[in-house]
Amino acid sequence: MTTKKAVSPKGPAQGSNTAPTVDELIKFYKDMLLIRRFEERAGQLYGMGLIGGFCHLYIGQEAVVVGLQACANPGDTVVTSYRDHGHMLACGMDPKGVMAELTGRAAGYSKGKGGSMHMFSREKGFFGGHGIVAAQVPIGTGLAFAHKYKNDGGLSMAYMGDGAFNQGQVYESLNMASLWQLPVLYVVENNKYGMGTSVERSSASTDLASRGDAYNVKTMAVDGMDVMAVREAGIEAVEHIRAGKGPVLMEAKTYRYRGHSMSDPAKYRTKEELQKMRTEHDPIDHLRQTLIAMKALDDEGFKALDRDIKDLVMAAAEFAQAAPEPDPSELWTDIVVAA
Amino acid sequence: MALDILMPALSPTMTEGKLSKWLVKEGDQVSSGTILAEIETDKATMELECVDEGRIGRLLIEEGTEGVPVKQAIATLLGEGESAPSTKAPASKPASPAKPAKAAAPAKAALQAPTVATSPTGETQYSTWKTQTVRQALRDAMAEEMRRDPNVFLMGEEVATYQGAYKISQGLLEEFGENRVVDTPITEHGFAGLGVGAAFGGLVPIVEFMTFNFAMQAIDHIINSAAKTLYMSGGQMGCPIVFRGPNGAAARVAAQHSQCYASWYAHVPGLKVVAPWSAADAKGLLKSAIRDPNPVIFLEHEILYGQSFPVPDTTDFLLPIGQAKVERPGKDVTIVAFSIMVGKALEAAEKLAEEGIDAEVINLRSIRPLDTATIITSIEKTNRCVTCEEGWAFSGIGSEIAAIIMEQAFDHLDAPVTRVAGKDVPMPYAANLEALAMPQVADIIEAAKTVCYR
Repeated sequence: MTTKKAVSPKGPAQGSNTAPTVDELIKFYKDMLLIRRFEERAGQLYGMGLIGGFCHLYIGQEAVVVGLQACANPGDTVVTSYRDHGHMLACGMDPKGVMAELTGRAAGYSKGKGGSMHMFSREKGFFGGHGIVAAQVPIGTGLAFAHKYKNDGGLSMAYMGDGAFNQGQVYESLNMASLWQLPVLYVVENNKYGMGTSVERSSASTDLASRGDAYNVKTMAVDGMDVMAVREAGIEAVEHIRAGKGPVLMEAKTYRYRGHSMSDPAKYRTKEELQKMRTEHDPIDHLRQTLIAMKALDDEGFKALDRDIKDLVMAAAEFAQAAPEPDPSELWTDIVVAA
Repeated sequence: MALDILMPALSPTMTEGKLSKWLVKEGDQVSSGTILAEIETDKATMELECVDEGRIGRLLIEEGTEGVPVKQAIATLLGEGESAPSTKAPASKPASPAKPAKAAAPAKAALQAPTVATSPTGETQYSTWKTQTVRQALRDAMAEEMRRDPNVFLMGEEVATYQGAYKISQGLLEEFGENRVVDTPITEHGFAGLGVGAAFGGLVPIVEFMTFNFAMQAIDHIINSAAKTLYMSGGQMGCPIVFRGPNGAAARVAAQHSQCYASWYAHVPGLKVVAPWSAADAKGLLKSAIRDPNPVIFLEHEILYGQSFPVPDTTDFLLPIGQAKVERPGKDVTIVAFSIMVGKALEAAEKLAEEGIDAEVINLRSIRPLDTATIITSIEKTNRCVTCEEGWAFSGIGSEIAAIIMEQAFDHLDAPVTRVAGKDVPMPYAANLEALAMPQVADIIEAAKTVCYR
């Protein structure tokens, strides 16, 4: 039942029928770059006081969500924690609507009433954006329950961090999902730190994926800094789930470059550690080198692509600053649905 | 010396049961552990084991007898050398308490629902009524709604194979199958969150908590996930879900199993909170709760499960959430109550009438939204108010009602609003202390007299 597998191909598997096309690789590059540039801009707007409250950036982890969402079908559902901007963009949500939510404007996905941690798009299958650590895990399990109940062929992807992975409700969920063979992919984005506490200091066993063994769940571990490896693992996971063989628990080993939130100086790790990850394992650089080696894009091609992404993010930032705040009457709407 | 074998109490709330089958006959030799009989309680069929050694003398209750009170002698056990005729048991076979068994239910209904004739809100148009227990009404409500909408499903601990820890879901597994009547592991936090996810995913879950005491494990999902997400999503993420189960104090189960959560949930915008008293309340409100597009906390009461009331005999019977019912009109003092306290308030009102105080009794039915209009209209008439709840007074429903009356009907008050509530202590186990901790009919009578300056 449990087949743990470290998947980390150095490039697209030659001759494999699951190998990504050049166009797909370029799309992954664009999607990751969009998340990177979007998050950098969000960090800037936060510094300018235009974004308030909590703001958790995804920079460094882009390969995880881009690689896995490449395996999703329309109708599948996604939930994640509060480090959610990348997931929204990877699900195809409009950067303008996401950024406008960050600035608390009426044009935001939640009309400005949710903020960074609480955005949703039924249309895109994105079910949040949840602010309580690990609460999204049973919710994602419930979405999977609904897929199975309705027999709609869909699956649910429930993302969580290594910090969430010590919450009891994760195991309550694994147990029920396995018991009922629910179509759900649990993804632990292990970025090595739950806020300021390293996995070594918080987890009695640092082999996170192995915890699935206790629940008879298929487990996988993948290099989360390599989008092609993530995608390949994702294909295997999704095939297993869609075949009705029950849930999969995947640990994606990754790294966040920024602090836990905007107010975190990240003094619990060394500059050298961060530098090493950025220079040697950056997911976007890695794919760029692959694309160059494949001669998929020349310098001009990269420049044009970079420019497009920059313009897209700039337009989102401008939209988010120009959009009006919610009307005061919105204070009293959306509390209950009229019966 | 011959011993009496007594009808046992097989649950904290059992007062009577059915002696369904004798497994021994007169003259049989029995010893400790011998199964003597099968007894059907309001929750399950249980076996009665012999504790002592001896020979069965007389079987005092015929098998099949319903309504045998707890502690009633059901057989005699003879010691060595004793013979059957020497027992003091009546010679005639059917014991006297067995006879009123069939009449028990209607008699109870008469006691508990004396005011059916007073054309209650929302129920007047129904001409055909039947007598049902609260338990049956809850089951019928779920079954009818599950027939009506294939997306409605029930999940919780022991709801399927076991037929419900309190037999509320009896027969549902058989009718709807295991996909729609789902036994969960003992994992409240997990299955409450799973239910919320299923609701986001387009289903209509009924999540049963074995008791609301256990829902504290799940309260994060009820409040943070179910109640708040609609607002936080700008109206996108409706969460049609019912969290239901017994709430409040049962009997002799001590502090961790005896608490009223009405004010906890009523505090939260985004939730609806309903607390039925009668079987009609239970049926009409649960059907409305299941159809409601919002998360609804449905607070039942274990003591009421076995009580019988008249219920409109139709599948179209719904009661609107947010409307109280005047159970007994009166002019001297308003008694506001919900759940089990409605019965106690009505009892108090009858006794107050004997002393010349004409009390109006309001059954809130719904805690959030609260029917303030009915309360204020009543206060404008009576100028006095007593609130009743099993929960603690501090930050309780009575406190909220008192504040609302002060804000909206201050000039109509002839006396301060008085709260009758559970004593401000964790629920004790000892019978005498438990009775002291719970709000009693006498407390309501005393409070009503006080506000009437009598």
